[in-house]
Amino acid sequence: MEISLNVNGTAHSLEVPANTLLSDILRERLRLTGTHVGCDTSQCGACVVHVNGDAVKSCTVLAGQANGASVTTIEGIGTPDDLHPMQTAFRDNHALQCGFCTPGMIMSAIELVEKNDGLTEQAVRDGLEGNLCRCTGYHNIVKAVLAAARQM
Amino acid sequence: MTAETGIGASVKRKEDARFITGTGRYTDDVSAPGQSYAVFARSPHARAKLGGIDTSAAAASDGVVAVFTGADLQADGIGDLPCGWMVKSKDGSDMVQPPHPPLAIERVNYVGEPYAVVVAETLEAAKNGAEAVQADFEELPAVVDLKNAAAADSIHDAAPNNQCYDWELGDGAATDAAFERAHHVTRLHIVNNRLIPNAIEPRAALGEYDAAAGSYTLHTTSQNPHLERLVLAAFVNVAPEAKLRVISPDVGGGFGSKIFVYAEETAVIWAAGKLRRPVKWRAERSESFLADAHGRDHVTDAELALAEDGEFLGLRVRTKANMGAYLSTFASSVPTYLYGTLLAGQYKTPAIHVQVQALFTNTAPVDAYRGAGRPEATYVVERLVETAAREIGMDPSDLRRRNFIQPDDFPYETPVALTYDTGDYEASLDKALAHADYAGFAARKAASEASGNKRGIGFSCYIEACGLAPSQVAISLGAGVGLFEVGEVRVDVTGSVTVTTGSHSHGQSHETTFAQIISEKLGVQFENVTVLHGDTGRSDYALGTYGSRSLAVGGSAIVKATEKIVAKGKKIAAHILEAKEDQVDFADGVFQVVDSNQSLTFGEVAFAAYVPANYPLEELEPGLSEKAFYDPPNFTYPAGAHICEVEVDPQTGVVRIEKFVAVDDFGHIVNPMIVEGQVHGGLAQGIGQALLEHGVYDETGQLLSGSYMDYTMPRADDLPSFLVDTTTTPCTHNPLGVKGCGEAGAIGSTAAVMNAVTNALGVTELPMPATPETVWRALREA
Amino acid sequence: MYAFSYHKPATAQEAADLMASADEGAYLAGGMTLVPTLKQRLAAPSDVIDLTGIHGLRGIRTLDGKVKVGATTRHAEVAANEHIPVLADLAGRIGDPHVRNCGTLGGSVANSDPAADYPAAVVALDATVHTNKRAIAGDEFFKGLFETALEDGEIVTAVDFRAPSAAAYAKFPNPASRYAVVGVLVARYGDQVRVGVTGAGPCAFRAANIEAALAADFRPGAVDDVGIDYGDFNADLHASAEYRGHLVRVLAKRAVAQIGSADSG
Ligand SMILES: Cc1cc2nc3c(=O)[nH]c(=O)nc-3n(C[C@H](O)[C@H](O)[C@H](O)COP(=O)(O)OP(=O)(O)OC[C@H]3O[C@@H](n4cnc5c(N)ncnc54)[C@H](O)[C@@H]3O)c2cc1C
Ligand code: FES
Ligand code: FES
Repeated sequence: MEISLNVNGTAHSLEVPANTLLSDILRERLRLTGTHVGCDTSQCGACVVHVNGDAVKSCTVLAGQANGASVTTIEGIGTPDDLHPMQTAFRDNHALQCGFCTPGMIMSAIELVEKNDGLTEQAVRDGLEGNLCRCTGYHNIVKAVLAAARQM
Repeated sequence: MTAETGIGASVKRKEDARFITGTGRYTDDVSAPGQSYAVFARSPHARAKLGGIDTSAAAASDGVVAVFTGADLQADGIGDLPCGWMVKSKDGSDMVQPPHPPLAIERVNYVGEPYAVVVAETLEAAKNGAEAVQADFEELPAVVDLKNAAAADSIHDAAPNNQCYDWELGDGAATDAAFERAHHVTRLHIVNNRLIPNAIEPRAALGEYDAAAGSYTLHTTSQNPHLERLVLAAFVNVAPEAKLRVISPDVGGGFGSKIFVYAEETAVIWAAGKLRRPVKWRAERSESFLADAHGRDHVTDAELALAEDGEFLGLRVRTKANMGAYLSTFASSVPTYLYGTLLAGQYKTPAIHVQVQALFTNTAPVDAYRGAGRPEATYVVERLVETAAREIGMDPSDLRRRNFIQPDDFPYETPVALTYDTGDYEASLDKALAHADYAGFAARKAASEASGNKRGIGFSCYIEACGLAPSQVAISLGAGVGLFEVGEVRVDVTGSVTVTTGSHSHGQSHETTFAQIISEKLGVQFENVTVLHGDTGRSDYALGTYGSRSLAVGGSAIVKATEKIVAKGKKIAAHILEAKEDQVDFADGVFQVVDSNQSLTFGEVAFAAYVPANYPLEELEPGLSEKAFYDPPNFTYPAGAHICEVEVDPQTGVVRIEKFVAVDDFGHIVNPMIVEGQVHGGLAQGIGQALLEHGVYDETGQLLSGSYMDYTMPRADDLPSFLVDTTTTPCTHNPLGVKGCGEAGAIGSTAAVMNAVTNALGVTELPMPATPETVWRALREA
Repeated sequence: MYAFSYHKPATAQEAADLMASADEGAYLAGGMTLVPTLKQRLAAPSDVIDLTGIHGLRGIRTLDGKVKVGATTRHAEVAANEHIPVLADLAGRIGDPHVRNCGTLGGSVANSDPAADYPAAVVALDATVHTNKRAIAGDEFFKGLFETALEDGEIVTAVDFRAPSAAAYAKFPNPASRYAVVGVLVARYGDQVRVGVTGAGPCAFRAANIEAALAADFRPGAVDDVGIDYGDFNADLHASAEYRGHLVRVLAKRAVAQIGSADSG
């Protein structure tokens, strides 16, 4: 099927099979490999991107559902010289080790901060329920999100 | 200059620049032109005879390029997947190593075991093909229960009673005598639950064959690409070592599970050669659950003999260890040399005897998982010690103090074959008690009780042995590989430095830590150091990353190489400054002739090394590049004290961790920020084992906890923030005085949590994980 | 995922027609259940019919003490809505933020997962499930494990919930999946009490005996003596039937306590 979507500000028209996932479109067709895939049951959150402003699991969105959408991925939120405050906070607080969960974690955290005022540690922990990290024990991720919340 | 970036500084990580912007390069991010996709047909049965495999429908399926079975690999001379450590039973016989073909032939022995691979133009076509593979299975009764495995049907003809080995360590007679003298004996039956590693990046492989050169390149998610290459070349016969390059790019966590050589990458690289076309495979999470090597899975009966004053007299341990269906790459060493040897813990127990029976079952192979053997040993010792303290009415911290090996006892030879070099166990315990506000516990407990809850506190004073060594000893005990590491330091013409290490980083931050070492040792700007790893095409044969060895062994190799660089630099400086070599000092990046104002910067010397204007070439080679191999003389012995405080809701059985304190002695620390992060991650895994995680098979061998719907991964809201601190006794035998920190969190924490939960509940034994229902039942029966 | 054709009709009629003419059609709403099922090849529809393009299915309206939630309204939207606080609270505890940004009410009730949260509200909040053909009483809607009163091809268009005078939802999440091991919604309508239970049995149900006890005496302690027959309850790795039975009681008491403390505060 033919779909069009805007990714990180660039419009794309693509011919894809209907059984293609947004995560595959991003990774395989657009070579935006910052969006990762860590599970097959929609639970790990490594694939989280923003679709029309909401954080969603791109591994659970069909091509047809993404048609016409505006998508922001980890590659679209900042550049090495002009990082998003959440990216800076992750680096400054050592909120990543292997880095595999990081793109999804950052995209989730941005939505969490943007949609909630006065975040507490517990609220951050609850808000990250959809993202698994096996490396950090979450301690520094929580610290980073709280630090970014003060900046954003 | 280097104070902010040298040893001891919490430098921000180099690797983060790519990871936070989504430009990391993991195996699945690598694609080759014209690549095809592999999908495996996997056994639905735990144990069955594998009759004919009919691949015709699969081969005819749309887009399928080829279908291969175990017979195809065998016909092409592909060998079995080997186990790299020969353990001997107590009667002197060799362990049983059953044949382990990469793709099953004749028999399947666990659910998920691959028996055919389908290669196709697209991933979906390959999946369709895999579904179309028809196999005749004749189901056999599965052997699942470890406790009764020895009495069940033999899975492998070569292994009667399903026994792999029956190993022992320590002095049985002395231990028996100690128990005869005992005033009190504490006994526990302990099940160390099976865990499924679950690095968030699933395993993946991309195999390529270059027909012109006759050479292979394998990108794969490996913790030790050189070992991968060695095994694939020397044992599996995929290609000669020199014709096989293994690249392990960014890797998304390993925790042991990516040390091993698996069927999938073997089939992929072989198929790439056969088909003369790139072949790619990426595990789906459900495949990771079924076919990654699992961890732990012991059943143990343990007894501690005490004198009237609480002195430990003897320890007796009988363990059954689950090997799963086949021996994974290092499986045999885990419940033996990484377990039995650690049973002295931090204590002067004079007599210890341990017996380990390793058994095969129809479950996924079990191998090293973060800590590997040492968490199991710590769990046995620390559960016993805490229980003993409760039984004899002594404070658990006092009982530990009573038995600690004291600072002036080092070097201390344990009754289980290790020599601890240094430590101060009381220092860590004291600090941990202060952080935990142990004195205030009674008041907090009363407050919990007033609100209808229960509260408990638990300790764990663990020791671990890291940087497995020395090669000579390990090889004499059955290791099939050496245990050194290589480091190469190349100084560029402009004075920047490129380091190549044989250690592999998949979260450990080598690019940062190793650059700090260079910055410190050579006075080079941190920004001007680049650390490379993970490519057999770039570095000498090396052993990779496992067992918290990277800094202690890999870092030491780099230090040795920098020493050679400095020595060579002094020669060059002496020549240019017309001084005697022994008159040149090197400090803070400057070569200086003693008692003079004559000096050259490191950069100037580097430049001179490559622009040898008037060199005495017979005495001095051009260039400034050095390499060193480091083989440690002993293990390192990180140790520490963990204290956990929990609150239990008696209505539901839910356990909440209120506070977790970890005080660890890792020797010198290069980057405190990174070390803390390593501890946090380990704690999450250790706590996960205690409260959440459980790999469960039903009696027919089907994996019940085969997805994140059922296998409980620790999430952010399951854990507290941790209180992490350190004490320091430098390692006595490596140049950095470092010990290793990667596994400590996972080794120490599990026992602390379970000691806290049993304390809260007032029970002696409680199975792990302490899920709400388990706790609720224990309370009801208490 | 097996291959399929994707459709996004603009009306319910068009959707129903597409379904009728498909070899094996499947409606798609938020995709939070269907897409994982497709990914794991556990379903092989010939046609996937996306309902989110249908006008008028999304949104929340109030009407005569009732709140009408359109079928394609997302969990996050319900969670942010103030009309029925207990419904917002329940929706806000479904899955994780990403699931709530996509998953819909219609998809949840149509699916009748035994561990889903919404079904507790459908039975406890005296709901009416509207479809493209008829209106079905909430009490009559859930028939069994993944089984509802919906006929083949029938589309849920909206659910009406009756606003209670006071209510609370107590959930014991599955530690792994975060679905409900047990969820109990206690709602007061004046003197009347309705108690919806999810997670425990093959589908959501009303606990008549707890309702009776609470109608007589609305205090947590009133639930203590109610017999809970867990004979047909679910059992899995995380909870036996017996433990689920115990949780029904504990959660009912907690919901009552929560209402009580809200009343007195
Ligand atoms: C990680 C994760 C965690 C979750 N946790 C929870 C939880 O804690 N509690 C909980 O309740 N749920 C949970 N869910 C499920 C989630 O709430 C789903 O969104 C919901 O069950 C289905 O809604 P959907 O809109 O996504 O439906 P879809 O997946 O699109 O459809 C589900 C089914 O309903 C049918 N259907 C959809 N809409 C209609 C309609 N209007 N009329 C008729 N049939 C229709 C579809 O054909 C399909 O069979 C979780 C899901 C995930 C992935
Ligand atoms: S890949 Fe795991 S949730 Fe999307
Ligand atoms: S940093 Fe490795 S999974 Fe989070």
